Amino acid sequence: MEVVKEMTANKVVAKEKKEVKKILVICARGTLEDVYAALIMANGALAEGKEAKMFFTFFGLDAITKKKADHLHTATVGNPAFMRGLPTMIGGLPGFEALASSMMKKEMDKLDIPPVTEFFEMIEAGGGEIYACKLAADMFHLKKEDFIPEVNDIITVGQMYELAEGEGTHMVFI
Amino acid sequence: MDTLTINKSAIKVNEEGYFTDPSQWNEDIAVEMAKQQNIDLSEKHFEVLHFLRNKYAEEVPLTIRKVGKSGIVDIKEFYKLFPGGPLKISSKIAGIPKPVSCV
Repeated sequence: MEVVKEMTANKVVAKEKKEVKKILVICARGTLEDVYAALIMANGALAEGKEAKMFFTFFGLDAITKKKADHLHTATVGNPAFMRGLPTMIGGLPGFEALASSMMKKEMDKLDIPPVTEFFEMIEAGGGEIYACKLAADMFHLKKEDFIPEVNDIITVGQMYELAEGEGTHMVFI
Repeated sequence: MDTLTINKSAIKVNEEGYFTDPSQWNEDIAVEMAKQQNIDLSEKHFEVLHFLRNKYAEEVPLTIRKVGKSGIVDIKEFYKLFPGGPLKISSKIAGIPKPVSCV
């Protein structure tokens, strides 16, 4: 086991380096950029030989909803990082959000980033697991058949924590 | 820089064990490399390894998705052939540098 030295305020402490063995990504947002962040992190973990599980809640449910998964948009309003210098009003013009989203998708395609539903297929093929939040599904009146086939189950928050059980698990909230 | 001795040939590798000179690779060396990962190479494995080497030679950045679309294996099979990080492990056995893609 590798040992790493960590500097604290006034002393050097030797610590055992512990591997990340599993990640649990919780996605509560439905914008293109947030969903991709979740997908890339989960898929990246699988590619590194780690376990990956995903839990979608609130607007994150859009990512696993058949009708919406491949039609997510990037936030052009209320997103100060998007096209700095552009007045927020422009971001709200009819069609602007769709245009920005389609441009974003084109750029991502160039980098071999697949559409959302294909990304889920990749994650399932790599042994990843995908779950929907029960409370949010009830709130939005969504049932198992509304979700993409890769969704393993609709679960409670307690069951979500069970997914995280084990040594070396890290949780990421998006 | 390290040196790995396989079948009496000295292979130049980086600190993570990836070939630094892909021309040093051959199929016998791949068999020995795979053994270290507890993988017995089948014909299918070799098809994947050659695909990776060809793409590397063509300077095409490799991703798991590309291997899945190669017509040789799908992504599920790729994970099964090289368990524990398929693209990393297969690239190592194929004698090419570690892939740098995030997808």
